[in-house]
Amino acid sequence: MKILVPVKRVIDANVKVRVKSDQSGVELANIKMAMNPFCEIAVEAALRMREAGQADEVIVVSAGVSQCHETLRTGLAMGADRAILIEDDQDLEPLVVAKLLKAVCEREEPGLVLLGKQAIDGDNNQTGQMLSALLGWSNATFASSIEVNDDHFKVTRELDSGLESVTANRPSVITVDLRLNEPRYASLPNIMKAKKKPMDKLTAADLGVDSSPRLQVVKVEEPPARQAGIKVSSAEELVDKLRNEAKVI
Amino acid sequence: MNYNLTEEQSLLLDSLRSFREQELEPYEADVDRSGEVSTELGNRIKSRALEMGFYAPNLPENIGGGGLDYKSLALLERELGKSSYGLHGYLHRPSEILMACVGDQIERYLQPCVSGEKKEVFALTEPGAGSDILSMLTRAERAGDDYVINGSKHFISSPVIPDFAILFAWTGVEQTERGERKRVTAFLVDRDTPGFKIERGPRCAAQRAYHTWQLSFNDCRVHQSQILGEEGQGFELADKWLKMGRIWVAAAACGRMERLIDLATSYAVERKQFGKSIGKFQGTSFKLADMATDLQAADLLVMHAADKADRGEMQSNDAAMAKLFASEAVGRVADSAIQIFGGMGLMEELPIERLWRDSRLDRIWDGTSEIQRHIISRSMLRQYES
Repeated sequence: MKILVPVKRVIDANVKVRVKSDQSGVELANIKMAMNPFCEIAVEAALRMREAGQADEVIVVSAGVSQCHETLRTGLAMGADRAILIEDDQDLEPLVVAKLLKAVCEREEPGLVLLGKQAIDGDNNQTGQMLSALLGWSNATFASSIEVNDDHFKVTRELDSGLESVTANRPSVITVDLRLNEPRYASLPNIMKAKKKPMDKLTAADLGVDSSPRLQVVKVEEPPARQAGIKVSSAEELVDKLRNEAKVI
Repeated sequence: MNYNLTEEQSLLLDSLRSFREQELEPYEADVDRSGEVSTELGNRIKSRALEMGFYAPNLPENIGGGGLDYKSLALLERELGKSSYGLHGYLHRPSEILMACVGDQIERYLQPCVSGEKKEVFALTEPGAGSDILSMLTRAERAGDDYVINGSKHFISSPVIPDFAILFAWTGVEQTERGERKRVTAFLVDRDTPGFKIERGPRCAAQRAYHTWQLSFNDCRVHQSQILGEEGQGFELADKWLKMGRIWVAAAACGRMERLIDLATSYAVERKQFGKSIGKFQGTSFKLADMATDLQAADLLVMHAADKADRGEMQSNDAAMAKLFASEAVGRVADSAIQIFGGMGLMEELPIERLWRDSRLDRIWDGTSEIQRHIISRSMLRQYES
């Protein structure tokens, strides 16, 4: 089985994000970028499947500016076999990314597309679902465990209400949640090998996709600063405040 | 000069950061307090380092090392330097002098140090011979095919009891233009050699979990095949290793400075007095500016020296300047960080006081600041001396 892992280049999770002064977006100049943490989990899951003999090739793919090759290189250093870069300078919306990935899936014919449930920049949580709909493949989201079987995957989904087990027929699009695994960091030999691994470069035009945006960003604002909390002296007081002031119970 | 990181160097740095944050940082405070790293923890760090290919990163790939260039090694020392030597010492960087091993020395000493089966110490310093290393008393006297060694070494650092020592002892005297000079020879001496004793040294205020050992030799007899390199060539052998060691100390100081600056800057924003963040007062903000400038200057000196070393052009004063400046800068930065934190800076709850204590050592080991100044000025004066 071939596994395709789409990965996104985002602002490093440790960086404090700032809104640009003209409110057109967030500040990206001289900011450390990294692979979206959920995508790292997806890469790790794919590598473990390959190591367990359940998959024979792991391909990482990323769409965006040319610097996305750094994100792909991280995936290769973790252990992916090859990479595909779809270079595009426009701000790519989830539907565009899903269409690009669909075209890649048609070329590569993977048995599984594993991706993060969402990216920590836009928190869209859409690409995986859109991709499965476009492909007409099964879809399981928020996976906290994945069991690989001959013709299907058994996926445990993490929901607010608890854990849900579903079966997804092959081929499938599965999006992964935080608790699926702890991603590895790259070993020195793999870092050195990463440079020699193949990285194909494509454009949206090569894949027959119109990547122009359909949405327009009107304004980006910082969320309002959180108010300081208060200390309560007893459980009774806490319950009283929750019931009568916050009105949440 | 272009010190931008290559793609491999960025990936290496990311990986080392994860290694440090996951395998070392959680234990720093505990091992500093107890002064001990448990065998279990030490072995875990070592096996993780071996698994990740980080072990023996400074030795060539063809003997199983990481094969990193000097700039990448400087980045490694900088990142690991944010943590304690007692912990990251288990990710061993064997002495490059071992590359002088020949014949069966390769299998007995070099290879096991690369694979993690053996650990060596670099035994040069003596109670009576610190900066003035030629006043060395440890003597190896020829007796047939053997040498008989008498003397002692101290401040020999290693996180664990070593399996063997690279011992420097004088084997004779030669006449030079500047008078008599001791001929110094390097020997490979196994721990179980009769007459060789290793004891723990005194507790140290800095790098508490990193131990120093006292080595004593009492009619310790070794075969001449235990000589590393050639008889009388010990200093020449040690010289390059000592020079590079100065860059690593400087790089580690840079890592520690970065950590101190991050901590102090976030505290300067968070801590409010007189109705505003203390970072809004110039008494604090100017300190931060000086700290950041110190770090940038030190980083550039380190990268400059490492870059020259990669090109085979490094001079003694390049390493000496990096070591001198970075070790003094980290002292200033640590002191300012404590001032910004106020009383909290001295409390064991925060890592500041430990980084401050640890940094004090940097002006002493691998050549004191005074020795570095001597090296730098000597090369200047020589140009005008007849």
